[in-house]
Amino acid sequence: MSEEEKQKMMNERKPLMEVRNITKRFPGVVALDDVLVKFYPGEVHAVVGENGAGKSTLMKIMAGAYIPDKGRMLLEDEEVSFSHPVQAQEKGISIIYQEFNLLPERSVAQNIFLGREPTFLGMIDNRKIRQMARKVLADIGVEGTIPTSKLVGNLSVAEQQQVEIAKAISLDAKILIMDEPTAALTINEVKMLDELIKRLKERGIAIIFISHRLGEVFQISDTITVLKDGKLVGTVKTNEVTSEDVVSMMVGRILDHYFPPLGVPEDFGEVILSVRNASNDFLKNINFDLKKGEVLGIAGLQGSGRTEMAQAVFGVVPFKTGSVTLDGKNQTIKSPSKAIKKQMGFVTEDRRSEGLCPQQPIRDNILLTVRSIQTMLTPISKNGIRRSPDLVPRLGEEVDIRTDSYDREVQFLSGGNQQKVILSKWLASEADVFIFDEPTRGIDVQAKASIHDMIRDLTKQGRAVLMISSELPEIIGMSDRILVMRDGKITGELPPESSELDIMLLATGHNGDNGSNDSKGKGEK
Amino acid sequence: MTTTTANGKGLKKFFRSISIPPVYYFLIAIFFGGGLLDLFYAGGQIFGNPAIMLNILVRSVALGIVAVGQTMVIVGGSIDLSVVYVISLTSVMSSYVMQGEASNVPKAILLVFLMGAGVGLVNGLIITKLKVNSFITTLGTSLIISGIINSTFSNWEGSVPRSFEFFGYATVGPIPFSVIILFLMIFAGWFVLSRTKFGAHLYGVGGNEEVARLSGLRTDRVLIIAHVICSLTAVLTGLFIVSRLRAGAPWVGPDGYYDLESIATTVVGGTLLAGGKGGVWGTLAGVLIFSILDTTFNQLGVNPYLSIVFRGLIIVLAVASYTIRSKKEAA
Amino acid sequence: MTTSAVTEKNSFMKILSNVWEFIKKIPPVFPIFIVLFVIVSFLSPTYSTATGIMAFLRRTAPLGILAIGQMIVLATGGFDLSMGSVVALVCLVSSLLLANDEANTYPTIGLMLILGAGIGLFNGFVVTFLKVPSFIATLGTMLAVRGIALYWVGGAPKGYFTDNFRMWGRGYIENVPLVGRFPIGLIVLIVVGLISWFAFHKTNYGKQILAIGDNVRAAKLSGVKVRIVRMSAFVVSAVLAVIGGVMIGGYGGVNVSIGEGLEMDSIAAAVVGGVVLGGGKGSVIPVIFGAYSLEILFSMLNLLGLPKPYKDSIQGLIIIGAVAYVALSQRKKR
Repeated sequence: MSEEEKQKMMNERKPLMEVRNITKRFPGVVALDDVLVKFYPGEVHAVVGENGAGKSTLMKIMAGAYIPDKGRMLLEDEEVSFSHPVQAQEKGISIIYQEFNLLPERSVAQNIFLGREPTFLGMIDNRKIRQMARKVLADIGVEGTIPTSKLVGNLSVAEQQQVEIAKAISLDAKILIMDEPTAALTINEVKMLDELIKRLKERGIAIIFISHRLGEVFQISDTITVLKDGKLVGTVKTNEVTSEDVVSMMVGRILDHYFPPLGVPEDFGEVILSVRNASNDFLKNINFDLKKGEVLGIAGLQGSGRTEMAQAVFGVVPFKTGSVTLDGKNQTIKSPSKAIKKQMGFVTEDRRSEGLCPQQPIRDNILLTVRSIQTMLTPISKNGIRRSPDLVPRLGEEVDIRTDSYDREVQFLSGGNQQKVILSKWLASEADVFIFDEPTRGIDVQAKASIHDMIRDLTKQGRAVLMISSELPEIIGMSDRILVMRDGKITGELPPESSELDIMLLATGHNGDNGSNDSKGKGEK
Repeated sequence: MTTTTANGKGLKKFFRSISIPPVYYFLIAIFFGGGLLDLFYAGGQIFGNPAIMLNILVRSVALGIVAVGQTMVIVGGSIDLSVVYVISLTSVMSSYVMQGEASNVPKAILLVFLMGAGVGLVNGLIITKLKVNSFITTLGTSLIISGIINSTFSNWEGSVPRSFEFFGYATVGPIPFSVIILFLMIFAGWFVLSRTKFGAHLYGVGGNEEVARLSGLRTDRVLIIAHVICSLTAVLTGLFIVSRLRAGAPWVGPDGYYDLESIATTVVGGTLLAGGKGGVWGTLAGVLIFSILDTTFNQLGVNPYLSIVFRGLIIVLAVASYTIRSKKEAA
Repeated sequence: MTTSAVTEKNSFMKILSNVWEFIKKIPPVFPIFIVLFVIVSFLSPTYSTATGIMAFLRRTAPLGILAIGQMIVLATGGFDLSMGSVVALVCLVSSLLLANDEANTYPTIGLMLILGAGIGLFNGFVVTFLKVPSFIATLGTMLAVRGIALYWVGGAPKGYFTDNFRMWGRGYIENVPLVGRFPIGLIVLIVVGLISWFAFHKTNYGKQILAIGDNVRAAKLSGVKVRIVRMSAFVVSAVLAVIGGVMIGGYGGVNVSIGEGLEMDSIAAAVVGGVVLGGGKGSVIPVIFGAYSLEILFSMLNLLGLPKPYKDSIQGLIIIGAVAYVALSQRKKR
């Protein structure tokens, strides 16, 4: 076939699935805004963008887990809408999340055919189910490596992923969506996955995947869609662009507010926190210093290990080797309680599961840290502790918690307000070193500004701040120095006011690496 | 997949596929421990006596049957505290209806099974539709039923005709009929859990309800059926007991602590209290462990209370051996 | 003038809405108790006499104490099924150790408290370090402790309680103005209640307990020493079970099956008092009134001529109803 004819065929082929004008809002944020993408059969389509660009939301809408506020979806020219993932599955759309939807105590075969077990005279045909499972595994080319009767919980992450893919194929998936499929795989496993994807491609299945590893994206995808801040930046053919082009598409925006001025060298005091050659299962050779009065920004993509580093410093999942020095003294911090006693604070990213006690009132949540380090039977006062009796209302106003009463249970607050409560909890503890993990995620612009002011105020008081953020403007606007992480390592340090491009290049590994890690690790949530 | 080769290959595969629940090592240890004690203190008269050994099996029947039902409910992530009073109610109701007349037996049996199914249905509906915690729900229904029993019957009630005594006393050759029934029930329980769609779905619901739902399973229906089955096994136990006692009485259930014991033997047997893992063979081992303990202590003349103490400690130790390695905090 | 009339009306409305807000916040157990109490006083005039009320409060004090202990464990998200057996241990073994000699009373009680603390520590250890769910752990302890108790006394209570032992459950302080006789057991309940109320609501301890039961991960990250707090909860419940046990024995004597079912009663009382199974919520005074409400319900059923067994049925219905009600009201608030 001539090039012309090939091109003609490409231009005339029909999309398998099309999403048009998709818009989705969550309280406080527009996740997707008028997005239009076409997906073709037999095509590997990567969706990239910064954290929070809307990639996951789009995939969840396509898989029936979310309902869009506006827009339509067309599947083979027919309009479809889903109110439950099972409906999407029936139409041939399968999604594999980063945390697999598998039952660890059941076998491979049982997991693949959950709900669709083959029966013989009313009982499950165990021979047949294993046969069918083997067939599906063979179909995707992994026959022989996974015994179908093995419990899923005993499989490696890569094998579990293969089971999920097999499950999707057994459901006659025409569209397979994968969220960060290579986040937890070794280099070899990634190669195997690539080959698997190629085989699926040949069967005409449309494969859509979200990834931050541009190296892989360029290796296996045919098409790349770039999202930014919920909007479509563009859809390009992989062989027509370079990765720098893609990164450029991912970044660059208008500042929506002004940050407080950065510190100047005179503001910085002596080193208060020093980490040397520290490693654990996920992190490798972490080295950095943190000075009093400075904001050290930690940038990196999802899964790069930023939260793990914060958890290590704070004693949640401690370092196994290396040293941590606080205020000149060597410390082993093996528990959050110890970290708090040593004047550290950790404002976590995942508020619901790690930051709040949902049934407790706001005031008790705010006061939890200061109370925890007192002796157990210390009498409490409603609004604060002995030396600052009005802590709660004062902090509440500072962070601008919108509520009618501090007695309200925090589970009834909006996400943004919940984040503010968590923030107040840590501000109350008056730590010397603050670790912030995504401090303004899900918070409206006004509140963002006040939180940024607060962080800068902390440093003006001589405290030190470690700030993890996925919002590049925030990193650039707030950091006196920037550390960039990738795959559990610090890949580089950048001066203040570096460009987004510089940061993203380091974050995506543009110093020769192709994007996969060579040791297993869990993806960041 | 076995192509049609000699039966030997198929058998080999079959045996390899059986995984022995770890509790059986406990069972063997207890068995040998008992044997040793027997040797030292009773000259081998206990474990050498087939009648006593058989008795171990017989005294396992009542608990064993209802434990099968409890295991199923727990696998599904639920719990059933009402079995105690279903057993009591079965005994008085059946005995009352029978009134010693053989012709009444079928009617009585039908009635109690209907009653059991009804209780299970109510439990299941309250738990799935009203979303009340299963502990509370079945605690509540157990109290309701106990009230009904105790207000209607205060003493031995009715009597069981000779014809029905076979359940409790008949033997098929050397083996008591009741023991056969016990093993049939275990086998049936195993079959349902591992060979039917319902069983597979029950494991799914207990393991992760969200995953189950995403796979299209009807989680409510599965749980309700599990509760009905559990109550029906309680009825069967009640029928066994009334056949042995030859009459029913309201204290029959509570006397045997069937709720807590069926739960205990289930978790000792390796079934996770949270659901999704386990099975009836483990439960059988748990029941046998308890029976061996009781019999051995009994025969050796050891204070029966010590055997209760032992039982409590074994429960803790057995479950601890499963949970000690877990990383999650327990509550 | 019009403005002042308007502001008057507004402040009146404001007062009304404040009152309504206040009413909405009242735990449901209080109106339940009041209603039941009124009904019972109609049915039996003794309940409206000082003597009658004091007798009722005397009878009910032990369950109140047990309910408090259970509440503390429930608030951490656990269960303590061993409380009834601890009561049995206390009553049975005391009947033996007292040997009808008043001099033995306080050493015996002291020993019981130490044993109780030990049982609590064991429960706490198994749950915290061996990671056994408290339901199972305390189930095991329930059997073991009762077995030990029965073994210790050889299967039957061995003696009578001495007078100075019994007074805790049975005794009165005479010649109290206004009410006449004031049960000592009630004094114990009040003291225990006050201490518990203070420790739970007015110190860090209670807040940390609630935090653990609500979200143990968040509590841990906020510096709560989860292990210590959780273990202590089991110690508290066991010690309170000992105190309740002394009072129960003192009030009604002892028999082989003493204490059976008490753990379920205490759970029921706590639930009626607003405790959420699964942890994160608890309040001392409503729980005490939960115990009262349960007991008064039984009295009411007795007075209505209904035999004791109906008590169980009604109790069952109430438990289901109470929980469903709480679950519903939580959902509505969203």
